[in-house]
Amino acid sequence: MVSVRESPTELGLSNDQLLDVLYKMMLSRAVGQRERMLNRMGKAPFAVTGEGHEATQVGTAYALVSGKDWAFPYYRDIGVALTLGQTARDLMLEFLARGENVSSGGRNMPSHFSDPKLRIVSGSAPVATQMPHAVGTAFAGKLRGLDEVSMVWFGDGATSKGDCHEAMNFAGVHKLPVVFVCENNQYAISVHWTKQMAVENVAVRAQGYGFPGVTVDGNDVLAVYGAAKEAVERARRGDGPTFIEAKTYRLVPHTSDDDDRRYRSREEVEEWSKKDPIPRFQAYLEEHGLLDEKTRDELAKKAAQEVDAATEYAENAPLPDPETALRHVFAE
Amino acid sequence: MVTVKDMPGILGLTDSQSLDIYYKMVLSRAASARQRVLQRMGKGSITYSGEGHEATQVGTAYALTPGHDWIFTYYRDVGVVLTIGMTARDVLMAFFARKEDISSGGRNMPSHFSHPKLRIVSEGAPVATQLPHAVGTAFAGKLRGLDEVSMVWFGDGATSKGDCHEAMNFAGVHKLPVVFVCENNQYAISVHWTKQMAVENVAVRAQGYGFPGVTVDGNDVLAVYRAAKEAVERARRGDGPTFIEAKTYRLVPHSSDDDDRRYRSSEEVEEWSEKDPIPRFQAYLEGHGLLDEKTRDELTKKAAEEVDAATEYAENAPLPDPETALRHVFAEEEVA
Amino acid sequence: MAEKNMVEAINDAMLEEMKRDPRVMLLGEDVGGGGVFRATQGLRDEFGPDRCFDTPLAESAIIGVAIGASLNGIVPIAEIQFADFIHPAMDQIVSEAARLRYRSNGGWGCPITVRAPYGSGIHGGPYHSQSIEAIYGHVPGLKVVCVATPYDAKGLLKSAIRDPDPVLFLEHKRAYRLYRQDLPDDDFTVPIGEAEVKREGSDITLITYGMMMHHSLKAAETAQDEDGASVEVIDLRTISPLDKKTVLKSVEKTGKALVVYEDNLTGGFGAEVAAIIAQEAFEFLDGPVTRVASPDVPISPYAGVLEEYLLPNPEKIAKAIRDLAAY
Repeated sequence: MVSVRESPTELGLSNDQLLDVLYKMMLSRAVGQRERMLNRMGKAPFAVTGEGHEATQVGTAYALVSGKDWAFPYYRDIGVALTLGQTARDLMLEFLARGENVSSGGRNMPSHFSDPKLRIVSGSAPVATQMPHAVGTAFAGKLRGLDEVSMVWFGDGATSKGDCHEAMNFAGVHKLPVVFVCENNQYAISVHWTKQMAVENVAVRAQGYGFPGVTVDGNDVLAVYGAAKEAVERARRGDGPTFIEAKTYRLVPHTSDDDDRRYRSREEVEEWSKKDPIPRFQAYLEEHGLLDEKTRDELAKKAAQEVDAATEYAENAPLPDPETALRHVFAE
Repeated sequence: MVTVKDMPGILGLTDSQSLDIYYKMVLSRAASARQRVLQRMGKGSITYSGEGHEATQVGTAYALTPGHDWIFTYYRDVGVVLTIGMTARDVLMAFFARKEDISSGGRNMPSHFSHPKLRIVSEGAPVATQLPHAVGTAFAGKLRGLDEVSMVWFGDGATSKGDCHEAMNFAGVHKLPVVFVCENNQYAISVHWTKQMAVENVAVRAQGYGFPGVTVDGNDVLAVYRAAKEAVERARRGDGPTFIEAKTYRLVPHSSDDDDRRYRSSEEVEEWSEKDPIPRFQAYLEGHGLLDEKTRDELTKKAAEEVDAATEYAENAPLPDPETALRHVFAEEEVA
Repeated sequence: MAEKNMVEAINDAMLEEMKRDPRVMLLGEDVGGGGVFRATQGLRDEFGPDRCFDTPLAESAIIGVAIGASLNGIVPIAEIQFADFIHPAMDQIVSEAARLRYRSNGGWGCPITVRAPYGSGIHGGPYHSQSIEAIYGHVPGLKVVCVATPYDAKGLLKSAIRDPDPVLFLEHKRAYRLYRQDLPDDDFTVPIGEAEVKREGSDITLITYGMMMHHSLKAAETAQDEDGASVEVIDLRTISPLDKKTVLKSVEKTGKALVVYEDNLTGGFGAEVAAIIAQEAFEFLDGPVTRVASPDVPISPYAGVLEEYLLPNPEKIAKAIRDLAAY
């Protein structure tokens, strides 16, 4: 496992950037919590969020050039979308399925992000289907002589799918600029990782495709960022793909429809709450004199206000016109 | 690469078993060569055969208990089915698509073997679909507390398919008694292995599924047999799957519809002909005093006669009744 | 003008489109060496291995990678070696390619062409013979084309490559080398979604596509010669979107409709055609809307006698014409 415990700036991040990383993590958490609360209040039928994954999501996405590199998130990647430039408002509009939501105009479920300008490609619900797409954009980039990188995120369950294998093999054979990010939170809904794979670190599979695989502490945002930065640089200079396995934990149920008490103990969740990536990064920054209580509270307040404003805007935004349900089957 | 240069007896094979292995290889070659001749004479629409693969096919299958263990072949595995107990006649009946063809009654293409009594399970043509089936019979065997092993054969191209990954992962997670045999002949039809995988030995993937992968010289029948025997024993005692990669070479085109001159040089084919597993094993047996010219000629003659008789029988056997094309879509009521 | 068979016409269409537009590329299994049907013959020599690209043997990846490439400035033609092998990629075609535009509210589009040889009649057995058009014709967001002549194949393939949406382009493999046709030298296209009347007639409308179009034309001649029945033969050419107008116009004229397809009967695409006629041309009908198709067994077995027994042929179609004409 890679972990970064040296000076906070050794990865090339400025103090402002470090605070920005923290803020993105806090904002992601605030959005996720708000969505789950609104769901319980009956304001939306469904929520799927990523509390606990913030270090993995923000740390990887932070290594990309937004709008240039290609992003293929899955349905837990609030932190990825926010880091790449989507706003809390975008997410709330999507969550409440409003007409002007950029992801899908109310067609896809919440947290199925899409933003063509940011090159965040629309995702679907079947697991791992986005992986060959990421390989495809990278393939096109290579054919066209571009220096764009594709990054694709998925859970531990996705590693069992044929598409995961086919995508990694294709990327390996043709040394394509793809970064595979496995957010290994140890559960595919209710199925524990030991029933998903017979290996301790799924990253070992990368060597079967001829490229490096690395396992990082997914709750250590700088460790994640360091691995992602290296992988992106490697991809950009034409040396091919990297597989990053970030070991983390989902602190909330799979979705608002899931009851995680039926498959994991409260003690286990409690234990992982102590490793929560946000307080951990805060403590780290405080230790290095980059954050004090005042700034921390300001950031928390700012995130809350952003989410409040986004919620208010989205709640009052118009629903999609019903007849738009017939549009966009083919090009218009 | 594992190779065996010791005395044959070291693997627990008796002298007559060693000769039996040799005969199965010779018979496989003869049955395949005959089919290709017949196809060129216009007596069949297509052939798939495995000349060059005999050491891999016979060597792996010989490690199994026929009728007890489960067999999932692909369309090149003439040597596997002859080793397990199908006859040259069975193979030729499938070639001619005759009514009594045990594999499919003329429904499947030739070399798509099936023999329920021998637990050779019917295969489709899409590549790698049989891998999860082998995992499934092994899974059932484990649930039922049986000591049966499933062995599944496939080419290097098949390793790229999602089904290959899903099957190996499933088998690994549940430590199932499956032996995966990759007959790596370096070409998926025309596509060279370097465009199929970015690793030298695809067997390394097994460790990503938590079980051993071994690469053997697929033209050395005893090396193959040893790897297979170990894998079968391991599976039988409940220690889980093994992946065997046997490096070999197809000495003939992919099928009778293929022209391999468009994707590989005749020099390359020539070079591999020199590594032909049959003369190689023959020389080995001769070197150990287990085979002399007389016995060799007898075995060659016996194989030719067996294939002749099979051809004559199959050619004269009746075609399927046309209306049988409507049967066996679903289970049929037993007729008293 | 040059005389071409269908596989040559398909090869020409790709050659010309790849010359016309540098974004067009081809990927699939064995395509570099010319493909198992020689449809991609010479393209690697002309455009290099990057634009005529041998993929690993993995259908889901072929389609999935094509989808991704289409998002990033490439116009991919993905070849599936046999339509029978497309099923592992169903998730990518149905859930991804066909839904991407809709689910992103028009934000993303997916201009890919998926070419696949399909159909029976070459002793292909159950895995080199399947008709898959009904399965995919059901999917909104996907266009499905079934070609049977060199002219249509070339013109429609060009349209498919230029189309902004995913097109499944099905080539009847028995028709690949059976017929030759003079093709214009200059660039031409055939629009997706337009049927064509291949033979005019006044007594019965026969709606068909693929190899059955050729059998139907023969049957129509037989019916004319032997029974004096005048049969109008419509080649749908595109399954989805379906050209209802041409079909209904003809049925309104003849009052009788016979739908002929090679796939097995139940749930075949001809059922949709029959339903449209029953609902929208009811007033004009003088007889039952009738279907000729294969029986409901996996099409088709390897042995010639079994395959021939199952498939519709000119004789079976002529008999159906006779029965319908008697109404």
